Amino acid sequence: MYRSHVLVCGGTGCTSSGSLKVIDALNSEIKKNGLDDEVQVVETGCHGLCALGPIMMVYPEGTLYTRVSDKDVPEIVSEHLLKGRPVKRLIYDETVTDQGIRSLNETNFYKKQTRIALRNCGVINPENIEEYIGTGGYEALGKVLTTMTPDDVIKVLTDSGLRGRGGAGFPTGRKWMFAKGNKADQKYVCCNADEGDPGAFMDRSVLEGDPHVVLEGMAIAGYTIGSTQGYIYVRAEYPIAVQRLQIAIDQAHEYGMLGKNIFDTGFDFDIELRLGAGAFVCGEETALMHSIEGERGEPRPRPPFPAVKGLFGKPTILNNVETWANVPQIILKGADWFASMGTEKSKGTKVFALGGKINNTGLVEIPMGTTLREIIFDIGGGIPNGKKFKAAQTGGPSGGCISAENLDVPIDYDNLIAIGSMMGSGGLIVMDEDNCMVDIAKFFLEFTVDESCGKCSPCRIGTKRMLEYLTKITEGKATMEDLDKLEELCYAVKDNSLCALGQTAPNPVLSTMRYFKDEYIAHIRDKKCPAGVCKALIGFHIDKDKCRGCTMCARNCPADAISGSVKQPHVIDAQKCIKCGTCMDVCKFGAIYKE
Amino acid sequence: MSTISTVPFNGTPKQEKELLTVIKELEDKPGCLVPILQKAQDIYGYLPIEVQTIISDKLHIPMEKVYGVSTFYSQFSLNPKGKYKIQVCLGTACYVKSSGPIYEKLGELLGIKGGECTPDGKFSLEACRCLGACGLAPAMMINGEVYGRLTLDKLQGILDSFD
Repeated sequence: MYRSHVLVCGGTGCTSSGSLKVIDALNSEIKKNGLDDEVQVVETGCHGLCALGPIMMVYPEGTLYTRVSDKDVPEIVSEHLLKGRPVKRLIYDETVTDQGIRSLNETNFYKKQTRIALRNCGVINPENIEEYIGTGGYEALGKVLTTMTPDDVIKVLTDSGLRGRGGAGFPTGRKWMFAKGNKADQKYVCCNADEGDPGAFMDRSVLEGDPHVVLEGMAIAGYTIGSTQGYIYVRAEYPIAVQRLQIAIDQAHEYGMLGKNIFDTGFDFDIELRLGAGAFVCGEETALMHSIEGERGEPRPRPPFPAVKGLFGKPTILNNVETWANVPQIILKGADWFASMGTEKSKGTKVFALGGKINNTGLVEIPMGTTLREIIFDIGGGIPNGKKFKAAQTGGPSGGCISAENLDVPIDYDNLIAIGSMMGSGGLIVMDEDNCMVDIAKFFLEFTVDESCGKCSPCRIGTKRMLEYLTKITEGKATMEDLDKLEELCYAVKDNSLCALGQTAPNPVLSTMRYFKDEYIAHIRDKKCPAGVCKALIGFHIDKDKCRGCTMCARNCPADAISGSVKQPHVIDAQKCIKCGTCMDVCKFGAIYKE
Repeated sequence: MSTISTVPFNGTPKQEKELLTVIKELEDKPGCLVPILQKAQDIYGYLPIEVQTIISDKLHIPMEKVYGVSTFYSQFSLNPKGKYKIQVCLGTACYVKSSGPIYEKLGELLGIKGGECTPDGKFSLEACRCLGACGLAPAMMINGEVYGRLTLDKLQGILDSFD
């Protein structure tokens, strides 16, 4: 028995901030102090507070240390682990109160969260199947195999109201029912772990923090629809996730949770990993299946739907990582429990990856129906540097921007669509007054143009033409007529594209036009970029009263565009200026402004 | 988008042996082309036309199909990469935190454009979509290691740390 456990996050965010060095230092320092029999170091998945990484949690007290570096480790070991005196300067501020240290669950970041899909993330060692089993893992699979018929499973899922967490929100129970109903010599169960939305990392965190939950969910589906083979299509850019999934699959085999005759019930199920090779369109189900087949990842028209004719021409179900992570809990706790959370048509919780201009960037799981205001201001801690909230973007390149007027709309699948965005996989990027909305729309269009597979012309040509209009606008060369044409084109691409990539590509443009039309007009009519982002429309100037003539800007200007004598106000030559902004960064007196 | 490399191919017999082993291991699996191309790129660092020809011959898959697949996915490169591969994240979270200027500045410091490699073969520069390190935005990755919370003035120092 260990008297203390030290949990260190080994997710991507914390690893990038140096958590592996912290773990090494901990192990050697613990050994040096002869504590190896008393204290155990556990590398876990993501806690969610990525901005404050590396994160360390010391149990049994539950002390949370943030931004720990390997240099802090000797102090933590000698003070906290040896003498029982927590290192105050590293403790997460919010957990410190006058009455002592309070639980993490009482902090603003965690208080409003309900963790179902993320329940084990940051809590267990993802590379040890026993820890997963210790928290009730594989119990749902056992229950299904020994006490439930496939129809029972489908009924529970249907009653729970679980909808696909990959973006479109198709009812999971119904999807499984279709696949079960089709007869075939082989059927397949697939997991979409090709998280392509730039700015979303919730699937990555589940895979890194709790890989077995995905395997368990897929095995349950295998039993339900009559399949013996599963595939997980995971991004090659997620090396830690790939590695942990492989370890999990091997361990599940060893413990008899995958393979032949699982739980002695005669049910066989196996899972193979396939690495995605980098194509956003492979998030579309038919494209993903083509990719597993070793082809170009192009979508095809539906019907036939994959439940009839999917992978290798056989009935197939495809669900997203977060959907899989919900399944075992629903089986164990029942449909009513799950359906008691959320809104009328969207049940349960949703994981969001908070990013952009927000204090607590990281991963949160909230009940459906929570408002954007609660997520951004209560959980996310608001906007840094006292700036003003401008918009939140959900749904990635398929979604839209939500303006301040909709901050109080309860978040669910249908409400988000009604306000011109969509749930998507759960990326939530916050923007402040320094972000130009036309530029953001252009950013997403650049992405879709890059990622359009080229199979159908509305998407291939349409998105390119849309990008050309947006470029014209950001360069101040567009007319009001162009704006109308752009809007018309958006609807044409939306209505005529083959797959969801093209059908949703205009959303970033349409939603920014809907809520921020004045910004478009400012670019077109006044030739001004109000946020000061679009380079062609801004100029850098020196405030004569503030300039002390220190020559810093002139010395750093790469274009030799700044002139002036020492101790005299300097001037920028607009003709020579390349608008790189270096002068603004180096000026110590705040004398340079852009307009 | 990838083009056919003009750099002379200098694969070694050892690499070829490794590739043939991989092909043998995977060829019976359904849909093996993508995994084999991935392994081939691990072995050679990129996918020169010579390597694709070997794969096409061994798998009895027409070259046009192999080429179709290798040019479809952004992971595959038909050009060699630098010794140090710099990938700047232009995912949304990084973009709104100004990773665009970071990308531009790196190009300026290295004297190359995105997708290119420095003449000495030391650095290659490319943009990528989301490293999943959004909490550290703006971020970039050099040979698999993530550098986060970047600012323009940190870049030269990071480049200098590679010799």
